[in-house]
Amino acid sequence: MIKILATPLIQVPWWRNNRKVGWLLQAAFGLFLLIAIALLLANLERNLARAGMRLTLGWMSQPAGFDIAETLLPYKASDSYGRALLAGLINTLRVVISGLILATGLGVVVGAASFSANPLLRGITRIYVELVRNIPLLLQLVFWYFAVFLSLPPADQALHLPGLQLAKSGIYLFGARLINGELEGGLRLSLELAALLTGLVIYSAAFIAEVVRGGIASVPKGQWEAAESLGLQPIQILRLVVLPQALRVIVPGLNSQYISLAKNSSLAVAIGYPDLYAVAETTLNQTGRGIEVFLLLLLIYLVLNLLISAAMNAVNRLVRLQER
Amino acid sequence: MKRSPLTLQRQLFGSLANSAFTLALFALLVWAGWGVLSWAFGSAQWLVLRANAATLTIGRYPDAQEWRLWLLLGMLTSLAGVSWGRLRGLNNWPLNDRIAALLFVISAVLLPWLLAFGAINQLRLIFLVLLLLLLRQWSGGAWSKAFGKWWALVWGITYVFGLWLIAGGLGLPAVRPSDWGGLVFTLLITSLTLLLALPFGVLLALGRRSGLLLVRWVCVAVIELIRGAPLITLLFVGQNLVGFLSPNGFAPDRVWRATGVLTVFAAAYLAEAVRGGLNSIPMGQQEAARSLGLSSVQTMGLVVLPQALKVALPALGGQCISLLQDTTLLSIVGLFDLLGIARSVLANPDWLGRYAEVYLFLAVLYWCSCAALALGSRALEKRLATNYS
Amino acid sequence: MDYKRGVDYKRSLDCENPISNSHKTPVAFLLAGLILAITGCGGAETSGNGRLDVIKARGSLTCGVDGKLPGFSYQDNAGKYAGIDVDICRALAAALFNNPNKVEYRDLTPSERFAALASGEVDVLSRNTTRTLSRDAKGGNGLEFAPTIFFDGQGVMVPIASGITNLKGLAGKTICVENGTTTELNLADRFRELGVAYTPLKYQSGDQTFGAYLQGRCAAVTSDRSRLAAVKTSFPNPANHIILGDVLSKEPLGPVTVNNDSGISDALRWVIFATMQAEESGINSKNLKEKLAFAKANPNQADLRRFLGVEGDLGSQLGLAVDFVPRVIASVGNYGEIYDRNVGQGSRLKLERGLNRSYKDGGLIYSPPFR
Repeated sequence: MIKILATPLIQVPWWRNNRKVGWLLQAAFGLFLLIAIALLLANLERNLARAGMRLTLGWMSQPAGFDIAETLLPYKASDSYGRALLAGLINTLRVVISGLILATGLGVVVGAASFSANPLLRGITRIYVELVRNIPLLLQLVFWYFAVFLSLPPADQALHLPGLQLAKSGIYLFGARLINGELEGGLRLSLELAALLTGLVIYSAAFIAEVVRGGIASVPKGQWEAAESLGLQPIQILRLVVLPQALRVIVPGLNSQYISLAKNSSLAVAIGYPDLYAVAETTLNQTGRGIEVFLLLLLIYLVLNLLISAAMNAVNRLVRLQER
Repeated sequence: MKRSPLTLQRQLFGSLANSAFTLALFALLVWAGWGVLSWAFGSAQWLVLRANAATLTIGRYPDAQEWRLWLLLGMLTSLAGVSWGRLRGLNNWPLNDRIAALLFVISAVLLPWLLAFGAINQLRLIFLVLLLLLLRQWSGGAWSKAFGKWWALVWGITYVFGLWLIAGGLGLPAVRPSDWGGLVFTLLITSLTLLLALPFGVLLALGRRSGLLLVRWVCVAVIELIRGAPLITLLFVGQNLVGFLSPNGFAPDRVWRATGVLTVFAAAYLAEAVRGGLNSIPMGQQEAARSLGLSSVQTMGLVVLPQALKVALPALGGQCISLLQDTTLLSIVGLFDLLGIARSVLANPDWLGRYAEVYLFLAVLYWCSCAALALGSRALEKRLATNYS
Repeated sequence: MDYKRGVDYKRSLDCENPISNSHKTPVAFLLAGLILAITGCGGAETSGNGRLDVIKARGSLTCGVDGKLPGFSYQDNAGKYAGIDVDICRALAAALFNNPNKVEYRDLTPSERFAALASGEVDVLSRNTTRTLSRDAKGGNGLEFAPTIFFDGQGVMVPIASGITNLKGLAGKTICVENGTTTELNLADRFRELGVAYTPLKYQSGDQTFGAYLQGRCAAVTSDRSRLAAVKTSFPNPANHIILGDVLSKEPLGPVTVNNDSGISDALRWVIFATMQAEESGINSKNLKEKLAFAKANPNQADLRRFLGVEGDLGSQLGLAVDFVPRVIASVGNYGEIYDRNVGQGSRLKLERGLNRSYKDGGLIYSPPFR
């Protein structure tokens, strides 16, 4: 029986044989790809040769010669390009990490507030989310920096808020004092960092709030009602009953928001904060190594994304329902 | 969160704590509102917008050629009016559009006055709005239905004609892309990018599900690499590195390079949205279509894709809005989109420190456009929703 | 997706996986087409052709400029480019095509300019670029510098009200500087020498740099002195700002071409020298016709005849027309005229000639002999 069927009843011509056609198409596609890539590389090679440049990472160890406005990593102009880029990366991480924490905090509060019994509060959260999501982030950033922070008064007329002083020379936390017309002491944030953080946090928090809202909404009504009938307060219901269940929906959503935030931090270049991208651009100018600098940037951002995803996956495993 | 029916009063002032909270919120709102209003009517100097209204709208487009943009606006208005009327004529049109009509009238009267347009431009705007509303009124009828399926083609031809009007050539004096700017530029780039990115995105999504390993891998690599990088680094490639990859450093104008980069960028995101839609179509649809004797192209084009795109519509709408917002990044690479032209206006020492006025105006513009897009995509979703009952 | 079909069914119809087969064909074809479309006519041009031939074949010169710097390159109210840097492009176009308008300008930021030149997107970079060793050297940026057309120095501008009179006064202050320039390097060097701490605040464009300075974000702004002077004229109250006497660096500004292509760099070099030599010889756009007639009528004026292309083949040795010098002078004038019109007494900037006088008057402008 099987032996008979093994020989096809009708001879199928090869062009009707999907498997063969598939392989043929793949081969053609692969060939095209190879040719295209080869052509691009040949052009690259020729253009670089014409300009007398060769791809190399040797310049990384040369002294950079430029200063960077603010770095966490000790850095001076005589350090290498590699160290300058590292200082930029650490500046980026500084923004990303503090941005993640602040935006998550604000986002969760706003997301939870959208379930408040108070219609005024619900209305405000709605307005906030709709307002922020429909205005481009870059516009918000330049608004915060140029329109708000750059209009702050000079140091000797600084705005005093509890534990906070705002002046053109920076944002001072924890009690700075005026000495010779300059504010000193306390923790100083540069205007650029402050504006970047403000813009990023307010923007990302709106999206995170929506993720949180979706998560909370996914918890069945019965859960609220059951908890309520047990006599729990609204805050308790949220904290003990709803959020643990909602987290399973929220965490994957947060992952993509966090990645967006990390990528959006590169807009720092528009307001003068020396993040990785800004330092990379300076490096490109001083060395002319466009291709190398770009590949480096791409690699670093990809790794950053992967790290965030890995961390969020770990969190996801933690909050997953443990079924026994 | 079902609660026993509460009056608004009890919701706001149910308990002592709640009352205090409501009052505090209210005070905060009043304080913020008062601050904004007193700034807007007190210390704000709106002259910067009046003086630069034309620049913000059309950038450095030559004055002598401005009539081309008015003509284009007139054509678009007429088409929009007719389309609007046709949509209203449909029996399950989900939106009440009287508010929109009112808004148009108000803005046509108010905007020119606020921005101190010349008398001629004011008349032109009022005429356009009248045209829009009249066509909306008249075109629900039979004669426009006779057009039927050709209507999309009319839009397409108008779009291409509009591109020619803006760019010139073939008889008209050419206006170089570097002279395009402002609102016109933003709208042009956004629409062009969308039109190019959608088919490319669908192809990427199909490729990602293809059975051909090589095709699938390439598509996955392209999509994930692009989605992993910040847009600004990609624009950087477009502006600085494209020349290295082309023969003899040939590179098209930077506007076209930026459009290309935006297109590829948007396509990667659209592809993911489309893929979500494709995944939601049950296998049975495909099998049924195949067993009816449709070819694989027909199955995909006539059966699977239309359903998938419908499912993906909310995500696609979201991507359109993102794209409109992302065009602001063009200002970082030195192009004169709406934000770019605003920044160059603000660079003029005459308008030193007028950041708040200009940026707020831009924020309102972007907000309205994005909100309108969101509203439109939601209406389209409702309209296309299949009612099986 | 295992449909558990019978063996025979599978064999005869060969559609074991409906998903994978249904759209193989169109997708693969379209993708392949796309790739083709993207790569286009990849690698059509043969190498070995000098850039000069490419330009001639194209019929126009592509010039990278700043585009926003009054006096050097900017668009006037009619949308036409003007400035010293622009005039150099026009001069080269005149020498090549006998038409100074056959130039296409590309506005470039400092960050973009070298990549644009190296990739061949622009033929000539005429964007107030400082000549330095590492930019010139093959192991560095790999550029080829044409003669310096403007000898400048880096300066610092402060508000008069700040009371700052020298660099030491800037200790601990914030200084605004444009990203991607030699300016930021010089700034770092000078303050390192002085042992003075400062904060450099870098912006992507001159607009933002000067905007932040005027908003009071930084105590000082630094750039080429000519540029500070140019920008200062546009300030609301120019008298409230002062350019400090300290000169931080030498800034010889000039046009640039790529390395390894002597055709275009030689042509550019001698077009520039021609404007300088014309000033030395007293030839300008107004008396050019008389001088030409004079040269033609007097066979004993050997220098003048060679210079103006009446005699010999200097032009064609460069791959240009024999009479390229008169073409250049007729369209942009001599160096002195270019200077006066754009940045000197005939302009809003009113900069002194200073180092940019002819060597005969004690300046640095000097042309090698046309021989």
